[in-house]
Formats: sequence, structure tokens, C-alpha cells
Amino acid sequence: MTATTSSRAAVPLPAPGSATPMLELSHLTKRFTTKLDFAERLAKRLGAKVQEFDVRAVDDVSLAIAPGEVVGLVGESGCGKTTLGRMVAGIIPPSSGELIYRGRPMAALPHDEARQATLKIQMVFQDPMASLNPRLRVSEIIGEAPRVHGIVSRNEQADYVASIMRKVGLDPAYAARFPHQFSGGQRQRIGIARALAVQPDFLVCDESVAALDVSIQAQIINLFMELRRDLGLTYLFISHDLGVVEHIADRTVIMYLGRVVEVAPSAELFTKPNHPYSRALLDEAPRVDTRKRTFAPIRGEIPSPLDPPAGCAFHPRCPLALPRCRSERPSLREIAPGRLSACHLNDMQ
Amino acid sequence: MTAVNPATAAPSRVQTPLKRFVVEFLDSRVAVLGLVVLVLIVSSALFAPWIAPQDPYDLSKLDIMNGMLSPGSADMDGNLFWLGSDEQGRDLLSAILYGLRTSLLVGFSSTTVALAIGLMVGMIAAYAGGSLDAAIMRLVDIQLSFPAILIALILLAVLGKGVDKVIIALTAIQWAYYARTVRSAALVERRKEYVEAAQCLALPRQRIVLRHLLPNCLPPLIVVATVQVAHAITLEATLSFLGVGVPVTEPSLGMLIASGFDYMLSGEFWVSLFPGLALLVTIVSINLVGDQMRDVLNPRLQH
Amino acid sequence: MTRQEAVLEVEDLRTYFFTRGGVAKAVDGVSFTLHRGEILGLVGESGSGKSVTGMSVLGLVDPPGRIVGGAVRYHGEDLVTAAEKRLRQLRGSRIAMIFQDPMMTLNPVLSVETQMVETVLAHDRVSRSEARERSREALARVGIPSPDERLAAYPHQFSGGMRQRVAIAIALLHRPDVIIADEPTTALDVTIQAQILFEMQKLCRETGTALVWITHDLAVVSGLADRIAVMYAGRIVEIGSAVEVIDGARHPYTHGLLGSVPSRNRRGEPLAQIPGMTPSLLNLPEGCAFRPRCPRATDACFALPPLSDEAHGWRCFNPQGAVA
Ligand SMILES: Nc1ncnc2c1ncn2[C@@H]1O[C@H](COP(=O)(O)OP(=O)(O)OP(=O)(O)O)[C@@H](O)[C@H]1O
Ligand SMILES: Nc1ncnc2c1ncn2[C@@H]1O[C@H](COP(=O)(O)OP(=O)(O)OP(=O)(O)O)[C@@H](O)[C@H]1O
Ligand code: SF4
Ligand SMILES: [Mg+2]
Ligand SMILES: [Mg+2]
Repeated sequence: MTATTSSRAAVPLPAPGSATPMLELSHLTKRFTTKLDFAERLAKRLGAKVQEFDVRAVDDVSLAIAPGEVVGLVGESGCGKTTLGRMVAGIIPPSSGELIYRGRPMAALPHDEARQATLKIQMVFQDPMASLNPRLRVSEIIGEAPRVHGIVSRNEQADYVASIMRKVGLDPAYAARFPHQFSGGQRQRIGIARALAVQPDFLVCDESVAALDVSIQAQIINLFMELRRDLGLTYLFISHDLGVVEHIADRTVIMYLGRVVEVAPSAELFTKPNHPYSRALLDEAPRVDTRKRTFAPIRGEIPSPLDPPAGCAFHPRCPLALPRCRSERPSLREIAPGRLSACHLNDMQ
Repeated sequence: MTAVNPATAAPSRVQTPLKRFVVEFLDSRVAVLGLVVLVLIVSSALFAPWIAPQDPYDLSKLDIMNGMLSPGSADMDGNLFWLGSDEQGRDLLSAILYGLRTSLLVGFSSTTVALAIGLMVGMIAAYAGGSLDAAIMRLVDIQLSFPAILIALILLAVLGKGVDKVIIALTAIQWAYYARTVRSAALVERRKEYVEAAQCLALPRQRIVLRHLLPNCLPPLIVVATVQVAHAITLEATLSFLGVGVPVTEPSLGMLIASGFDYMLSGEFWVSLFPGLALLVTIVSINLVGDQMRDVLNPRLQH
Repeated sequence: MTRQEAVLEVEDLRTYFFTRGGVAKAVDGVSFTLHRGEILGLVGESGSGKSVTGMSVLGLVDPPGRIVGGAVRYHGEDLVTAAEKRLRQLRGSRIAMIFQDPMMTLNPVLSVETQMVETVLAHDRVSRSEARERSREALARVGIPSPDERLAAYPHQFSGGMRQRVAIAIALLHRPDVIIADEPTTALDVTIQAQILFEMQKLCRETGTALVWITHDLAVVSGLADRIAVMYAGRIVEIGSAVEVIDGARHPYTHGLLGSVPSRNRRGEPLAQIPGMTPSLLNLPEGCAFRPRCPRATDACFALPPLSDEAHGWRCFNPQGAVA
């Protein structure tokens, strides 16, 4: 298998649809640390409260995603969803662990193929305004990367951009406009078009509908589903909105403080959650179809990611915690075919 | 078949950010007035050799007999001295026009060079991060903790007099200011999602810095630079007033003010007053323009 | 259920912004009545005028905005025409506001204790120790553990959710008659949101405080509110009890919004969607503002539809039949 040098040639990869997962995350971990600089060390000597800061934003996450699958990723604010998404999209490198794209570790790929593989995984961001360069016209926002990477020539760029714009439901007549001249929903379409322009097969959507108006959210969610059908895209769909994830994800992953606590097919997870945290999440999620209900107060303290509790990170808030949960960290293991959960209660039966 | 409805018309005509900037800038009457005055000042300084009644640098044209003429008086040949003359018989109007040339030259060129240096250094600091960033920023901090005028005085004492020397001294005291502004702007911009998107699209690094990061860091800099030009002109005037700036043969506004200072109280006020007024009007108009630019550009920075 | 006394009556409120581009009618003829202990959910998309409505009630609209008409009656007293001094007296004691960003309420350089005690002393003549005791109680009420220690802390030592709870505790200090809460849980997690909703519910039930809960999330108010008002482009387009509005939506916009909620659609099927986008306030369509996006629009809709009723009313000429 020789690596072709032409940038237009496809990377030799296993065919989609085979048993190989499209993307495998293997023990991915991301730590954010800051070392104290000289002045801060001095201040600390003198008794000031400066701390070296060390967060395991993502801690040992493993997951295999099949071609064409939509995987939802849910969890509370600060649990590491965005960090995981950014590692998958190649924006930040993992501290340890690796990404395996169609059976081949990304880190081991030769330069040219690594770039091709990076392009195959694209991201759609949360903030439709901040994710578009305010100084570039739409034609350039969408057309720059395909031109730079030789997917289209300069002459073909305009036609290519027009075709992509049509695909996401934008009128190509607006190609010469700037981002501020569009509504929120249209801006998000531009962001999607930019990702599609490099012909990806995997999209990471980080809260991609959260900033949109309620009536516009449905339009964008429908667009994602249409693109999945028409282009055979695979998704990692990050959202705090359980209703949205339930609707579009085939499988759902639930994270708590940097770790995966439950993985299950969405249909099963939303009817029969296993992990106590998943249950709490589903119980408290507001739904249109509940009328005048009583809400429940939180038990215990919300832990800080800087200082996660020992044992099961959820134990201070868990109504079913065992003595063992305080000291021993439960591992993520299979509890039924296709279902994983990290909870000691599963050992009880 | 897609069920996506083509997004309906976006608001307004095609409008570049520049056009919008211009429209909003023109919204303030005071700023427009400042701009008009500034354009008048700059163009009269540019065209000084053609519009000035006299070449004040040509010592052979000066007649000591015409010294200290009051505004509006004429010499023996009937040449009118609109704003009077100084002790060497220079026509003050011409001296001011030529002096403006020097002042503006010093102000604009030192600012431009300092901007270029600061831009590069600040970008490198922001993008490299780590110890290089720390080293650069400590240097900047140290420099900014000394009074600018002190650094300029020391430098000029070493370098000697001359327009070029003043430009070097003023550049040396200004670059740190830009470096700091650029760095903080770049750090903010670098975190924005559009830069992450560019990384995700595997665009080459220098392309991300030059085409994406840099243009978005410029607006706050342009504002700082405008105000900084005024600052540089004031500094140059101060230095010349103190006698360490430009040579006596090529008087700048500060020099003119200084040379007339002795006569201030003896009734010959014009020698200092008119150059002083010219300096004041120049600086106020630059600041008016700069302030309005800041107001117009600022909300945009918050996106 | 007996008719309770009305605490707050908003009648035909109009707040306009006089901007460079023209007059933005951010609130254009909004009316609602709030009774003791009642929770009103005010729902609408971004820019529909929810926040401006809340600010107008407290007289907090800044130029270029101005209340140009209507009345806000607090126990019968009109606040639109009231003196600033009287408003200041009412604000923070009888009528409180909670903002989306708790730092709008909290001062970062003062300890929580200082801020709370000052707030108590500003309106009540009590001793410092009594004020402190009241602050401690308020913190405990919003579920902040070990309130004694927390009192000495500064806002930055709290997490986002706890900061919001402190802001709420401050709003509760004087047991106000009316609380206007502007999306206070939008930035929070569902579990913390549930905690805050729990406290608010308890408060309204126990002290008879009336609450206006502003949000863009129909799901939150459907579980919390007694009544729901749906805003579109500065007007209330539908108002009624939660059951009436959610289960029997008559306005095509409410109907469309509910239809696009994922859990009301079959998994994996395309969501029902409202076409088009929210209009700019400076360039509103003539007549019913929803007309260009409305599937039921007719020629009649070029006129402005009136609100049909006080109890369950809608602004529409061709209302939807009740949905099951
Ligand atoms: N660049 C960074 N430096 C230091 N810490 C970081 C950085 N980015 C993220 N973190 C920390 O990592 C943790 C996970 O953050 P992340 O943004 O991934 O959370 P999230 O699940 O996406 O939350 P949200 O729902 O609020 O977006 C947080 O505690 C955060 O403070
Ligand atoms: N200071 C202002 N100047 C000009 N117009 C304003 C100003 N504040 C508000 N508006 C106008 O009032 C309208 C309503 O704003 P408001 O903040 O009430 O919306 P909202 O319903 O609270 O939206 P969101 O969900 O985004 O908070 C906006 O569309 C805006 O055009
Ligand atoms: S009045 Fe007409 S346009 Fe407006 S919502 Fe009703 S049917 Fe639609
Ligand atoms: Mg995130
Ligand atoms: Mg608002």
C-alpha cells in the first residue's frame, strides 16, 4: 500500500460498511495544567493562595463509532463534552490515548494522509457568529479550504460554493455577503456549508442548535438529518438538550466529570436508564408534556472538576450510593448487549 | 428532494464592513469636522512649498531686519506677514506650515514603524505563548513602566539631534504599547471559534495568522495608532521645546513655540501663540477622529 | 378556585426604541394580570420583547428606549407615571428582578454577606445581626449548604449555579410580592435548574409571591407556570392557562412551536418546522406579524388581529382547531 502524493487522490482506507468502525477513540485523555510562573511561585512561598491547576477535562474515554451512525453526547456543563469534540475534530491534541480513523491510528499516519484524515472529520460550532470570520465573504468562508487543499481550482470555486450553498438551503446569490448580513439560522447553515465543502464523512456538532431560536432549531436539525441520508454522514452530536439527542441519535453517551458513565442505544437509554446519574438527568429534564409538576432539589454538592471526588465521581449526589462507591471507582462495563454502564450497583444482582 | 426552504432574504443591500464603518463614522458631526480640519492641515503641510509665502529653511531669504514683525504687517518689499515673524525674520505662517510637515512626518512615521514592529512582536508572543511570550511581555512591562519622555531623552542624548533620530526615539518608546495591544487582541481572537474552524480545515498556519487572525486584530490597533500619532506629535514638540529634538535650522512646531517663549511676556505673544494653536488644533482633530473610530469599531469587537 | 386579588396589572404596555434605523416597537400593546401566588410563563424567541417587558414593569428601560403608552398597576398604583423615588423604593423590596447573568446583581468586590446585609438595611430598619440572620436564612432557602461559611465568601468563589442561587436569595430577602425572573436558568444544567425551579415553586406556594418567568423554553414553563403568555414581535399572540396553551394551542405560531419540539415528533422523522425566520422589528410585516410564515394566512391577516379573550386568548383570524 503506497501512499499517493497527489493531494486529490483518496487516502487508501478500508471501505465503509465493513466491520471496522469509522472512528475509534481509544483511552482518550485531556489534561489542562498550568505551571506557576516565577512571580506566582514567589507569591506562593510568601503564603499567597496560588494553586497549580490541573484538570482532567476528559479522562480515559473509549468509544467506537460505526459508519453512518449518529452518536449523541450528553452531560452537564463542564463535564468535558467540548474538549472531547475538539480532540476528535483534531483542534487540540489528546494528552494521551489515540484516535483511530478507519482502523488506522491518526498519529501514525504520514503527513499527507494525516491531513486528508483531518479533513474527513469536520466540526460545526455552537456560536454561529463567532464561528465565522467576520471579515470574509461567504464565498471565501466556504471556498477557501477546498481551494487551498486542491479540491477545486480557483476557476471552479464559485460553482462549487454555489452547489454547496444549495445543499444547505442557502441562496447562492448571497455568496458575496458578509456573515453579519445573515440571520442566526442562516449563519449556522454557512458554518455547515464550510464543513461540507471539504467533503467530510464525519461531523462533530458541538451544541450546534443551542444558540438558535426555537423555531429555527427544527430547521437545522432537519438539515442535519437530510445530510445524513443524502451524504451518508456519521455524527458525534453534542448537546445538553436531551429531547434533541433522543430524537436524532442512534446511540447516546452520557458523561460525568470527564468520564463516560453510560452508553446505550437511545431508544433503550431514554426508556430505561441504568446509571443513577442518567436517571437524575432524565428525571429533571423539562418536557413540554409534563404539566405543573414538582421539581426536586439537588442532594449533596456539585463537585468541582479541579477536585473530583474519589471513587465514583457521582457518589456525593447519588441517592443509591454504597460505601464502596466512596473509595472504589466503578469501571465502564457491559451490562447487556450493546449497553455499558459504570456503576457498582450492577454488580449487586 | 430537500424539504429545506431556501433561506429568505437577508437584510439590506450588499454592504462591506468598510462601507458600514464609513456610514457610521459620518454619523458624528464633530468627528466629521475633526476629519475635515485634519485633512486641511495635512494637505497644507504636504503642499507647504507651494502655498507658503516663504521658504523658512532657506537662510538666504531671511532678513534679520524683518524680525519680530507683528501679525498683519508688511516688510519693505510689501510682503505681508499674516501671522507676523520671529526673531530671525521668518514669516511665521510659512514656519508653521513647514513645522507642521516636520511634526506630522515625525508623528506618522514613528507611529507606522512602531505599529509594524509591535504588530510582529505581539503576534509572535500571542501565537508562540510559553516562555518566549513571557520574556517579550516582561520586556514590554519594564519599558512601559518608565516615563516615555525619560527614555526619549536618554536615547536622544546618545543619538544626537535630527529628525531621523527623533523618529527612532519615538518608535522605540511606542512599539511596546502596540505589542501589548496586539497580543491581547490576538489572544482574544485566537480563542474564537472561527480560528478553531480554520485549524479544523487544516489550513496552513501562516495562512491562519495572516488571513484570519491579523485582520481581526487590526481595528483596536488602528484606533490606538490614531491617538498615538497625536501623542507622538506632542512628544516631539516637547522634546524640541526642551532643545533635544530637531535642529534649529528645521524648526518643528515645538521648536517654534520654544523660540517664542522668551517673548511671551514682553508683548510679542504671536511667536509662541500661533504655533501653539496649530499644534492644539492638529492634536484635537486627530483625537476627535480617533475617538469616533473607537466608538464605531468597538461594538463590532464584541461579536 | 377562588379569584385571588390582582397584584400586578399590565395594560396595553408600549415600549419603543428610537434608534438610528427607525422605531423598534419592542413591546407593542402587552397586557396581562398577575394574581397572588401565580406563576406566569412569558415565552418567545430572541428579540420578541420579553426582557423589555420585564424591564418596563420595573421602570428600568434605558434610552433610546421609552415607555410610550399603557399602564403597569401594582396594587392599583400606576408605576409608569410614578416618581423615580417611589420606583426605587419598590424595586428590590416589593418587586424584584432576577437576571440571566447573576453578576448583574452581584458586586464582585464585596462579600456576599456585605451585599445581602446592605440590601436588607436599604429597605428595613433592623439591626445588623438581624439582617445577617435574614441573609443566612435566605441562602439556606435556595439550597446553599453551610450558609454560615458561605456568607463570608466572594461571588467568584461560587460556581455559576451557586451564584445564580445567591442572586435569587438576594431577590427573596424582602419577601417581595412580585418577582420577575429573566431566563435565570438558561445557562444552568438541568439538575441545577430543577433545584432552582423547586425553590421558586415552594416560595410562591408558601409566601404568595407572584412570579413572571421569562424564557424561550416552552418545556420549562409547561412544568412550572400556571399561565403562559407567548410573545411574537412585541405582542402577546396567545395567553391562557398552561394546559390551554400547551394542549389546546390556537395561534398558528404557538402551534408551530409546539409541533417542532422533538419529543412531539416520531424519533428520526423530520421535525415539523416553521418556515422562514423571525422578522426584524424595524421592518415588520403589515397586519399580523406572523403572516409571512403562517400556513393559515388569508387576506384578512393584512389587518392586525385583536386578542380574542382575557382568559384564553389569541391574536389570529384563523385560529387552529384545538389539538388533542
Ligand atoms: N483551555 C482550557 N484550559 C483550562 N481548562 C479548560 C480548558 N478548556 C476546558 N477546560 C476545563 O475542562 C473542563 C471541561 O470543559 P468543556 O468545555 O469540555 O466542558 P463542556 O462539557 O463542553 O461544558 P459546556 O456544556 O459548558 O460547554 C472544564 O472544567 C473546563 O474548565
Ligand atoms: N438598547 C436598545 N436599543 C435598541 N433596541 C433595543 C434595545 N434593547 C432592546 N431593543 C429591541 O427590543 C427588542 C426586544 O428585546 P428583548 O431584549 O426584550 O428581547 P427578548 O425577548 O428578551 O430576547 P432574548 O431571548 O434574546 O433575551 C429587540 O429586538 C431589540 O430590537
Ligand atoms: S392572523 Fe392570519 S397570519 Fe396571523 S397567525 Fe392568524 S392566520 Fe396566521
Ligand atoms: Mg461545551
Ligand atoms: Mg431577554
